Amino acid sequence: MKLDSKIPAGPLAEKWTKHKFNVKLVNPANKRKYDVIVVGTGLAGASAAASLAELGYNVKSFCFQDSPRRAHSIAAQGGINAAKNYQNDGDSVFRLFYDTIKGGDYRSREGNVHRLAEVSVNIIDQCVAQGVPFARDYGGLLANRSFGGAQVSRTFYAKGQTGQQLLLGAYSALSRQVANGKVKMYPRTEMLDLVMVDGKARGIVARNLITGEIESHSAHAVLLCTGGYGNVFFLSTNAMGSNVTAAWRAHRKGALFANPCFTQIHPTCIPVHGDFQSKLTLMSESLRNDGRVWVPKDKATAEKVRKGEVKPADIAEADRDYYLERKYPSFGNLVPRDVASRNAKDVCDDGKGVGSTGLAVYLDFKDAIKRDGEDAIRAKYGNLFDMYEQIVGENPYKTPMMIYPAVHYTMGGLWVDYNLQTNVPGLYALGEANFSDHGANRLGASALMQGLADGYFVIPYTLGDYLAQNPADKISTDHPAFKEAETGVKSQIEKLLSINGKKPVDQFHKELGHIMWDYCGMSRTAEGLKKAKKMVQELRDEFWKDVKVVGTSDELNMSLEKANRVADFLELGELMIDDALNRNESCGGHFREEYQTEEGEAKRDDENFSYVAAWEYNGPGKATLHKEDLVFENVKLTQRSYK
Amino acid sequence: MDLTLKIWRQKNSNTEGKFVTYEVKDISHESSFLEMLDVLNIGLEEKGEEPVHFDHDCREGICGMCSLYINGKPHGPQQTTTCQLHMRSFKSGQTIWIEPWRAKAFPVIKDLVTDRSAFDRIIQAGGYISVNTGGVPDANEIPIPRKIADEAMDSATCIGCGACVAACKNASAMLFVSAKVTHLGLLPQGKVEAKTRVENMVAQMDAEGFGACTNTGACAAECPKEIPLANIAKMNRDFIGARLTSENV
Amino acid sequence: MSWLTDSLKSSIFRKLLMALTGLFLILFLTVHLAGNIQLIFNDEGQAFNIYAHTMAHNPFIQLVSKFNFAFIVIHVIYSIWLSRINKTARPVKYGYSAASTNSPWTSRNMGILGTLILVFLVIHLKGFWWEFKNDSIPMITYDGETMPNVFLVVKAAYSNIWYAAVYVVSMFFVGFHLSHGFASAFQTLGLNHVKYTPAIKAIGKGYAIIVPAVFALIPILIYIKSLG
Repeated sequence: MKLDSKIPAGPLAEKWTKHKFNVKLVNPANKRKYDVIVVGTGLAGASAAASLAELGYNVKSFCFQDSPRRAHSIAAQGGINAAKNYQNDGDSVFRLFYDTIKGGDYRSREGNVHRLAEVSVNIIDQCVAQGVPFARDYGGLLANRSFGGAQVSRTFYAKGQTGQQLLLGAYSALSRQVANGKVKMYPRTEMLDLVMVDGKARGIVARNLITGEIESHSAHAVLLCTGGYGNVFFLSTNAMGSNVTAAWRAHRKGALFANPCFTQIHPTCIPVHGDFQSKLTLMSESLRNDGRVWVPKDKATAEKVRKGEVKPADIAEADRDYYLERKYPSFGNLVPRDVASRNAKDVCDDGKGVGSTGLAVYLDFKDAIKRDGEDAIRAKYGNLFDMYEQIVGENPYKTPMMIYPAVHYTMGGLWVDYNLQTNVPGLYALGEANFSDHGANRLGASALMQGLADGYFVIPYTLGDYLAQNPADKISTDHPAFKEAETGVKSQIEKLLSINGKKPVDQFHKELGHIMWDYCGMSRTAEGLKKAKKMVQELRDEFWKDVKVVGTSDELNMSLEKANRVADFLELGELMIDDALNRNESCGGHFREEYQTEEGEAKRDDENFSYVAAWEYNGPGKATLHKEDLVFENVKLTQRSYK
Repeated sequence: MDLTLKIWRQKNSNTEGKFVTYEVKDISHESSFLEMLDVLNIGLEEKGEEPVHFDHDCREGICGMCSLYINGKPHGPQQTTTCQLHMRSFKSGQTIWIEPWRAKAFPVIKDLVTDRSAFDRIIQAGGYISVNTGGVPDANEIPIPRKIADEAMDSATCIGCGACVAACKNASAMLFVSAKVTHLGLLPQGKVEAKTRVENMVAQMDAEGFGACTNTGACAAECPKEIPLANIAKMNRDFIGARLTSENV
Repeated sequence: MSWLTDSLKSSIFRKLLMALTGLFLILFLTVHLAGNIQLIFNDEGQAFNIYAHTMAHNPFIQLVSKFNFAFIVIHVIYSIWLSRINKTARPVKYGYSAASTNSPWTSRNMGILGTLILVFLVIHLKGFWWEFKNDSIPMITYDGETMPNVFLVVKAAYSNIWYAAVYVVSMFFVGFHLSHGFASAFQTLGLNHVKYTPAIKAIGKGYAIIVPAVFALIPILIYIKSLG
């Protein structure tokens, strides 16, 4: 299979403008003849559904939550990047492009990333017009802050709830179109299969989560905006319901899955407390702007801290190791996420970790409070501090916070071309569900940017191009392809309910999570990955023999929902391992211990691995690799250095 | 810690529900309330019984999906969301009552899960600014005083969980509706259609079967996002003004 | 005019009518108290009788009193209507409620307090207002002008311990009702402001204590006087 990224020819800065002119348009009167299915209502899904409906397409929007407003984009805290250069500090579209390419460790496409940087400025305009209450300065103009790894202040924010406000903006636009009758909303409905007719995506099969009914929906195109797959690790900062099912079922129908091993571990999460923990809570890494990361210099002190014999405040300055500032003098505490995370793991592995488990480092605001005053810190991070106190039961104004890395974002996803179309005609993937813009590592405050860029400003153009070239004739859900998909979905559900084994679904999920975290997490080795592959296979076999799913299929049944999702995670996990094993280099969020510099930094192999690894499904655990070579014409590949 | 739980079980919206008593043992005081329910559910599943259904998703206090009326209060004894409620707020040996939100406009779907789509319909009635994608002015074109932006943010922070309705003796949705009316009404962009917005949203609110506000203040006292009661006053003012002066006859 | 009928049906306008009529009744209460206070002057009811006589023959006051009755009726009818709607908004009650932790008792029991006040009002009107219209009241002449000696009726009533007690207890209900109603009316009217709301709340609390207290003081004093 030849993967054509369809990047337009011509100079980088003109590609998108030219492409927008070259795409075919659908006549305004004809738009109402086309139906579009949008799965997921996060930033990408809600913005796409609203924008397409505004253009005149008939949109059906699906989400598994009780309301489109609950999608997990809502939990993003820190902010959204845009190359507005309002601060006059040297930002530009090209700089945002460059930072994103470099931050992604040169594993993303130049064309996509430049487009992302270009439309970033429109996103802010759009959101302000919708009434998103971004933070402002006293003059009434928009405020910015610098954010993880960036040397310019280009991040727009709404307290520590930027994702919430952006999502509510997109949700309001979506709601407006629901009221207009251009969007039909299907909440508490989960997509369980993609339906293809004549090689094109023509609809989905979904389960009504309340009645258990299996429903078919036909359309002229299907957009998957279903987020990332971080929950394969069981413990992650994702919402409990976040899952890979929609993307995975599309993958099983032929859509390629790209770079699945690129997972981002977020450095500033609240540490794990116990076995029954269900999720990890992230705290915005904007905290690293003012907080200083440290651990005790010697292991003996760290041991005493873990036992509670010594309080962090009692440790003298001289006995603290501000390891990020020491190792990376120019970036200090603001090094990219993967670097910060790996260093935290290293110091903890070295026996200097704090907290009762030893799996935590301090993030200390003492100096910032001394410098700016407690009120200034409260104004910036008040809600984050409150959240921390709520969960941990300690006051971070008085005693340093404890943080530890956790799985947060997945750069991998369905392979898409420049038009966000997968290799299946008519099937698109937007936002975190695709792989396209972040390479091997995503910069802070760029996820929101990408989700909204895809939904508001890319898909309205590129989808039109596809629809204009396809007839508007409708397809009935009585078509054999729908019936076949329905039967498949029903038989899997029946199978899950009939196994009647001994282990609840959550146990399998937890075990899978442990395997993935231990062997395919922050650092990986060929040996460990091979072992993990076998373990996942065994676990998957056990799942299909011994899982216990109670209840019936014709009612609200959350065990069944989980079982469906975990079944897919059990296949995805193995693909992630295969991908990690294939990529014999370290880059961004993928760190192979065998491939590191003498200083312990990630060592890329541009000669052999400057490609997108797109995997084709041939049954569980069987995947064929297709490569899309990455071409860099505008940036010079350098080893990242944040020294 | 060991606890006795009295949980509302209801098969579906057509059947009657009742309280069922469960015992849970060895719960860590560090775990969250929902993690405590996870433990209960794993135990039930192992016994082949149906787990207690409850809504939850982000488990970090922002998505608004979790609910639960715990010991007579929405989201339990702390002014936070249930997912952010931790077991250290309870004592070993305690009996905890767990019920769904109760309101005509929030029918029970199953156990502790309710249908809050009424809130979506209220937003659809006008909780937006009518701008299409593209063609909007530069973000810095309209300066907005910081105080106004901050106040709008304080109202926009509503997570739509429905605790206000659950807490109110009249099951009134005034705090929820007023938060959106205030958020958009304070901003210059939102003033353009402020009158129509408040008229339509209140009409939808009434049509959904929520009760009327009697200013008890319970909603604001229980709101996990601390939406102030002043928002309701503002909405009253806006609504009365709009009704008297708008041209919608 | 559908906008008007629609408005009157909306939850906020129903509240608005409660607030406006409530505020008028509060105003009325003040005027009423100004008259009653003359009962405790040591003049064998002269001031009070003259006051009552003037009021009864002032066309403006008579008009206002008609409004007053109308407002009481509206206040009652709307409260019944509101309560019914509010009750149906929660068809299944909670098994366990801790409402006392999030709202004052008075705010949640305005209906009960209002009903008790209504019962009192019926007794009150029957005892005084109705009696005053009665021709059997002895007449009295001050400075050549003859008028009914209504003071005698009041004195007779309050010399009865049961009647005085009902009056005093009812004033507690009025106080509790006002303690929520006063500030609540302003909130309903949308008059909420960081600068003024604390003052409105404070005045409301003060009014809810002082006015019923003075009202209650009158029967107590008259009763004590009647003893000796």
